[in-house]
Parts: sequence; C-alpha cells; structure tokens
Amino acid sequence: MTTFGWPEFLFILRAAGWTLLLTAVAFAIGSLGGGALAIMRLSQSHFLSRAARAYILVIQSIPVLMVLFMSYYGLSLFGIELPAFFAASASLAIYVSAYLAEIWRGSIESVPFQQWEASSSLALTRTQQYRYVIIPQAIRISLPPTVGFLVQLVKNTSIVSVVGFVELSRAGQLVNNATFRPFQVFAAVATIYFLICFPLSRLSRYLEGVMHASRGH
Amino acid sequence: MRIQLQFEPVIAELDLILHGILLTIGLSAGAIILGSALAILLVGFKSLAGRWAGALVDAYVEIMRNTPFLVQLFMIFFGLPLLGFRMAGTEAALLAMTLNLAAYSTEIIRAGVDSIHKSQTEAGLSLALTRLQVFRYIVLKPAFARVWPALSSQFVLMLLASSICSFISVPELSGAAAIIEQRTFRSFETYIIVTCTYLLLALSLKALLFWLGRKFFPQTSGLARIETKGGARR
Repeated sequence: MTTFGWPEFLFILRAAGWTLLLTAVAFAIGSLGGGALAIMRLSQSHFLSRAARAYILVIQSIPVLMVLFMSYYGLSLFGIELPAFFAASASLAIYVSAYLAEIWRGSIESVPFQQWEASSSLALTRTQQYRYVIIPQAIRISLPPTVGFLVQLVKNTSIVSVVGFVELSRAGQLVNNATFRPFQVFAAVATIYFLICFPLSRLSRYLEGVMHASRGH
Repeated sequence: MRIQLQFEPVIAELDLILHGILLTIGLSAGAIILGSALAILLVGFKSLAGRWAGALVDAYVEIMRNTPFLVQLFMIFFGLPLLGFRMAGTEAALLAMTLNLAAYSTEIIRAGVDSIHKSQTEAGLSLALTRLQVFRYIVLKPAFARVWPALSSQFVLMLLASSICSFISVPELSGAAAIIEQRTFRSFETYIIVTCTYLLLALSLKALLFWLGRKFFPQTSGLARIETKGGARR
C-alpha cells in the first residue's frame, strides 16, 4: 500500500487538467447547439419551436448519467467505438446544449420588445436583427447565468469517470484505491474542484451585481 | 448492418427495475423532506443568530455548492467509516443527498426571506411577537411562496442527481440498470427503458410540485384570499 504523497497529488492535479479540457470542449460544442436551439425555440415556425422545446424538456428531465450511457452504448450499437474522451465530451455537450438553450432563450426574450420593432422599422431582416441588435444585448444579459451554469458543468464532468475516462474524480478514486486514505484524497479532490468553481461562482454573482447597477438608473 | 433490439431479457428483470424505482423515489423524497427541513433551520439560524453563525452557514453553502455531488458522496461513503460511522450505501446516499440539497435550498430560501420587506418584520415585532415567531408566522410562508418555482427545479435536479448514487452500488434505478446490464448484456435496451422511466419520474415530480405550489401558495393578493371562501375559513 502506497501513501498519499507528492507523486499521488501530482497525478490528481494532472487529471484536473483533463477536467478543465473536458469542460472547455463540452462547453464549446454545447454552446453551438444551445445557441441554435434557443433561436429555434423562438422561431416563428411551429415545427422548429416544438422540436426544440421537446428536446430541451427531455434532456432536462433525465440524469446526465443516462445521456452518457445512451450515447456511449447507442454509438457502439452502430459499431462506432469512440475514445472515452470524445464519448464523454459529446454527451456532456448534449446536456450543455439543453440548459444553455433555456438560459439564452430567456436572455433573448428579455431584450425589450421595442428593440425588435425599431430594428424591423429600419428594414433589417430577421438575421440582421439577431446579428446586430438582439444578440449583442442578449449576450450581456446572459453572462451571469451562463457563468453560473459553467460551475454546474465543471461539477458534472465528475460523472464521466464511469466510462473509464480519468479526470479529477476518477483520479481521486484510483489514488484512494491504492492508498486507502479517503479523507486526504477526496479532500484534495474537493479542494481542487472548489478552487475551480468558487471563483466562477463569485464572477457570476459579481456580473449579476454589475447588471443590476446598470439597470437601476 | 442490422440492429436488433431485444427488450425481452430486460423486461424479465422487471422486479429489479420496480425495486429501483421505489428506492429512487424513497431517496429523493427523503432528501427533499430532510433537506428542506435542514435548510429552514439553517436559514432561521442565519437570520436569528449572530454574524458568526451566518458566516458558518455561508461557508457550508459555498463548499457544498462548489464541489461535485459525487465527491461529497465518496467523502461520506469512504471517509465516515474511518471515523467509526459505519453505514450502508443507501444510508450514505440519503445523507449525501440531504446535505447537498440542504445547501442549495438554504441559498434559495434565504433569497426568499431577503425579499420579504422589512416593514413586515417590524409590524410583527410591534405586535410583541418574538423574532422566532415573526420568522415562523410572518416571514417563512411568503418567502417560500416566492421561491417555490426555484425550489421545485432544485428538487427535480436532486431526483436526477440521485442516479449518481449508483457509483457506490446503491441499487436505485440506475444501480438496478447496471445490474441488469451485467446479467443480460443488453446495455442499450436497458438504458432506453431506464431513461424513459427517469423521464416519467421527473415529469411526474414536476407536475406534483406545480400542483402543491398552486394548493399551498395561491398567487392571489391578501385581500382576494380573504374574500374567497377558501381564505375565509383559514
């Protein structure tokens, strides 16, 4: 039995890099999907709007773990064997897209209606309205909840350890199995998560304060 | 390539799934009730006791909200036995879920309590109610009414997060899925059925919480409530 020393800690720290990378990739892919879904949801076409709504409802009503298993085993059913990292980021991206879609839909809707009227009176097309008038304002509104959601994402990357991908939590499990010092090991793991998430939570709260200050006057 | 889905072997393990459903419901219900109760205690403690108590509650909330549920679960399941608290997986799961949900609910309910105007508390105090009575009879219910939607979605998230308890071999719904998968080797079929079950559970919980909200926190003004028959009886 090994002890929980410096090499073990470095192993955990390196795995934290994978957690960050997983978060970044899932967020990047998920935000593309989420943006598209948010606009579909607000589209005038009933079909598009209903489809986006159904997707969001279903993904938000099943555990991320099930999204992970479904995409993992679903793909292998078609004979596609993805490396664990891609399977994990793909399924996290599905989860991210549904939640970001809902956050961003709210942000787009909270841009005052007059902005739509004013821009259409200037003969802008719908795409131009989104591009030049609505989205720049919606992004500002969406920043605090989006950063807040990022915290949820970082924490939820912990479950991809189940498909064998060694990120922060899995590294903690492995070290714990070797050293059997659960308190030290998981306290170290929890501290690293905390050091990633807490500044983000603070940033989210700070941005919210900035928004409120500008709205008050 | 032809893909054949065989649901029969999975259906044959129906009792395992049913048992899993009951355990998922039990764990979630337990965590929601115990977690909310703890959250109310913490909010009350924070608003009634001194600044140190407040800082302590804040620290608890921030630590729980900024670390993954999985790590909290491991800490409790693997760590507590070393301190002499030996417990089964299901008990560890319930404890972890309760502590986790309590932290989130504390934050939500505190926001509700903060949103109650100071004049309400002052009016209560001027009627010679104690601070505890003011909190209990004047502040708490309207605070709950205001944050009920946020609280409801947190409860649903907890139901979904209960799936993570399968990591420590608790045979709740996704734990049952893992067992069935090992027995039948029909992974995809198993997870289709289990995912649909989660969907059904989550939607039912949403509907139940919406109904409870309508029943206990009707969105009418105080005057309207006095004038309607239901309000007069109260």
